[in-house]
Amino acid sequence: MSHSHLLHTSFIPTAPPSLRRRPRWAAPVPRTHQRIQSKIREIFMPALSSTMTEGKIVSWVKSEGDKLSKGESVVVVESDKADMDVESFYDGYLAAIIVDEGLSAAVGSTIALLAETEEEIELARSKTASPSAPASAPAAGNNDAPKVLDEKPSPVAAATPTPKASVGSAAVGALGSAVHPASEGGMRVVASPYAKKLAKDLGVDLKGVVGSGPNGRVVAKDVEAAALAAAKVSGGGGGAAVASPVAKPSGVELGSVVPFTTMQNAVSRNMVESLAVPTFRVGYTITTDALDALYKKIKSKGVTMTALLAKATALALVKHPVVNSSCRDGKSFTYNSHINIAVAVAIDGGLITPVLQDADKIDIYSLSRKWKELVDKARAKQLQPNEYTTGTFTLSNLGMFGVDRFDAILPPGTGAIMAVGASQPTVVGTKDGRIGMKTQMQVNVTADHRVIYGADLAAFLQTLSKIIEDPKDLTL
Amino acid sequence: MQSAISLSLSSPSPIARSGVGSTSNACWPMPRSLRFCGLRREAFDSAASFDASSLRLARFNLQPKQSTLSKVSAVLKGNGAPSSSGFDYDLVIIGAGVGGHGAALHAVEKGLKTAIIEGDVVGGTCVNRGCVPSKALLAVSGRMRELQNEHHMNSLGLQVAAAGYNRQGVADHANNLASKIRSNLTNSMKALGVDILTGVGTILGPQKLKYGKGDSGDKTITAKDIIIATGSVPLVPKGIEVDGKTVITSDHALKLESVPDWIAIVGSGYIGLEFSDVYTALGSEVTFIEALDQLMPGFDPEIGKLAQRVLINPRKIDSYTGVFASKITPAKDGKPVQIELIDAKTKEPKDTLEVDAALIATGRAPFTKGLGLENINVQTQRGFVPVDERMRVIDANGKLVPHLYCIGDANGKMMLAHAASAQGISVVEQVTGKDHVLNHLSIPAACFTHPEISMVGLTEPQAREKAQKEGFEVSVTKTSFKANTKALAENEGEGMAKLIYRPDNGEILGVHIFGLHAADLIHEASNAIAMGTRIQDIKFAVHAHPTLSEVLDELFKSAKVKVSTSSAVAEPVPV
Repeated sequence: MSHSHLLHTSFIPTAPPSLRRRPRWAAPVPRTHQRIQSKIREIFMPALSSTMTEGKIVSWVKSEGDKLSKGESVVVVESDKADMDVESFYDGYLAAIIVDEGLSAAVGSTIALLAETEEEIELARSKTASPSAPASAPAAGNNDAPKVLDEKPSPVAAATPTPKASVGSAAVGALGSAVHPASEGGMRVVASPYAKKLAKDLGVDLKGVVGSGPNGRVVAKDVEAAALAAAKVSGGGGGAAVASPVAKPSGVELGSVVPFTTMQNAVSRNMVESLAVPTFRVGYTITTDALDALYKKIKSKGVTMTALLAKATALALVKHPVVNSSCRDGKSFTYNSHINIAVAVAIDGGLITPVLQDADKIDIYSLSRKWKELVDKARAKQLQPNEYTTGTFTLSNLGMFGVDRFDAILPPGTGAIMAVGASQPTVVGTKDGRIGMKTQMQVNVTADHRVIYGADLAAFLQTLSKIIEDPKDLTL
Repeated sequence: MQSAISLSLSSPSPIARSGVGSTSNACWPMPRSLRFCGLRREAFDSAASFDASSLRLARFNLQPKQSTLSKVSAVLKGNGAPSSSGFDYDLVIIGAGVGGHGAALHAVEKGLKTAIIEGDVVGGTCVNRGCVPSKALLAVSGRMRELQNEHHMNSLGLQVAAAGYNRQGVADHANNLASKIRSNLTNSMKALGVDILTGVGTILGPQKLKYGKGDSGDKTITAKDIIIATGSVPLVPKGIEVDGKTVITSDHALKLESVPDWIAIVGSGYIGLEFSDVYTALGSEVTFIEALDQLMPGFDPEIGKLAQRVLINPRKIDSYTGVFASKITPAKDGKPVQIELIDAKTKEPKDTLEVDAALIATGRAPFTKGLGLENINVQTQRGFVPVDERMRVIDANGKLVPHLYCIGDANGKMMLAHAASAQGISVVEQVTGKDHVLNHLSIPAACFTHPEISMVGLTEPQAREKAQKEGFEVSVTKTSFKANTKALAENEGEGMAKLIYRPDNGEILGVHIFGLHAADLIHEASNAIAMGTRIQDIKFAVHAHPTLSEVLDELFKSAKVKVSTSSAVAEPVPV
């Protein structure tokens, strides 16, 4: 973790130091709290993206008692998409840390207290002992709000959602107890420093772990084995939790239960939420010979297929604003003023949708460059919220795997998503009765029927297919 | 173990000015030093006539005399005849470590007939068992750490297959470096004609000493002045049995004869910290045993806290604080190393550890055995030779022993290689008729972990204590490496610099840096303290962009000093 938050300032200053101004996240949302009379401010878990409902504290940059200046980094927060430095909006002292490193807190809940003067630190600390009810209502749709306001939970307890209650005993039963000349009948455990660290992180009770190191010392791999065994035991007892054995993809421990990361949690939440939207699907087959020819021609200039598709989609959307709309409240159309094409990208351990903003207005070369930049940032987990939350229409392309058709789930907050399959040579009959070879791809749009009707989609797809089949407009 | 072999103190006049006209503010620094392999050799002694404006501060590194022109002493190819008749030498230095070497070179330059007595090997602790070989190991550990940090590599767009090392290769690198620096050191003295006498030096009486193997073959010589520079050895507390294999000191560790799976390091000062950096990078797990209540005592608390978060918490290290290792038994008969811990305050047994190896890094003890101090009625204090602020040795009656000085670790004032050298140079200045008092607060110190830690002057608590006593105000300002372009380009934004200063007059009280290349960055601050440069002036100095030095630039600029720039703006120079 030591380097993980090094670069999360989005801004790499190039101006001379004196001219630099560091950007500041609208982060700590420093709403002064009415209930607390003195100048003690609460630092809230900031909403770093519109979909973020909780954030995980990666690390506290400052410690309790440290002086903070306005604009200084206080804490690094992992949101559903990126790790970000959160900076203080006020000068003062970090009086109390309420949510420890490694723990999560709901957006809007208090994660620390900021005292204006040193004298107020004690006062602030006394507040943490008797929690003064949750902070203001956390962000929308959050029903498990301020679970972190009580006294500090032990890092081990909360950092490990793995079934750990039975780790020690289960392992003992299965594996026997540690044998060590100096363990005094199991009273004392000899474990290496890293084994101890791992045990804490994985929630393994060292007393029950058999050591395989010199003289029966517990070493790191023993702890890992114990954690795995425990997961198996509890999984077997509880039933449902165990992942079914599948062909082993690299890096996955078979038989283990791995909790969602913050990003995977966000995906899960969004997917469930999408069930509340009445969607329907319309498919279309588009001939891509002309597009492929164009791509071949301008590929050397750095143009990517993704950018071409995004551009074509954006141009079609210009003519069909309703397909670019969304339904926010169930009662109205929200017509978006910009055409922002979000493109789903699989990244390590999750999924993110970098957004090509104003894809209809930007030329294909700039768009391709922008896309490359976004993908790099996404891989480095450094996308800024406005780079992945502002999409109005989503593209999902599995063509590179040879998938010929699929359907996508509509991301909440948008009106439509288009699933793009592989384009492949197909034998087609033409109107004049001849048979020929054409390269074709299938697209399949999922849309919210509250705002987008069948005819809307059909017309949109027809426009899109015309643009792709005659792609000269794409390079304008 | 201290810093490398840099002889950091620049001698006499800080700025050689040719004060030709009253209006001319231009100054031409004389070409004063030739550097090779880290060894300084002064070619010219500056004719120092000080511009009054450069002397606005009382706390100067030295008390310069308004001498118009000191003699221009050439670099002597031969080591001339003793200037004072009746003595074999003008100056004899006992101990050829970095301190003795620094003194010898300066003495020859000043025209003194000089001899140096070496009882072991030239270079002493620093070159053979300290700073120099440890830097070789740390260079390896730094690279290993970088190559192993997949996240760091990926973020730079690099892909590296599993990095590995060959222990013997690493050990050879450290050994080769030590030999190379040792021969450089020897050659530099030979080139100047310093007589290198081999054997144990023993003081027989005032201005008289013998050297040799301690038998009848010993030779007796006389010298006008004598400098004791015998240095130190690793301190091994009672109850600890060192076998050189599983219970070791830094002397053994630097040979890197093994890389244990689990090593306990007793003491979390900079020696312990540097070794923890080496061992964890090479795959060991480390347990710190620290007698004080917190790790890294001696560092500015804030820097210590940050360093702990970066250098200790994420690594395979755990620690016991507030405990003494009362007994350590080396591994034998298949049993591991046993360490008995007792509570530092109550002395009650606390715990027993079994580890693969233990490194004793509890500090260093002065090496003054066989010096014959009893012959001149000098009693050591906890082993250290008592000296005054001019390194003059004090006898049992509290009186100065004439013509006898002690520098370096043996006097315990500041156990750093470059401090010893600076003290030696200061002594030579004095014996050649120029009063000189070294300002120890201007001597930087560094710990070469990854990233590095460096400091000069007071820590914040020390500064606040002093301020309270003397009734002045103290301010603190900090900058982060996260805001530095170069640091971010290297993907090494972790770090901070901290300035402790007087807002009323802009005096720099202390600077502490933790971050990439901190050890190299500190010299801007230490030079400023040595020269008496104030913040309001140094903040106008220009730093190349983008460089790490801008961390200090920003630090100085962020200080709020209540007085304005003291020196007049220089006349425009056409470019």
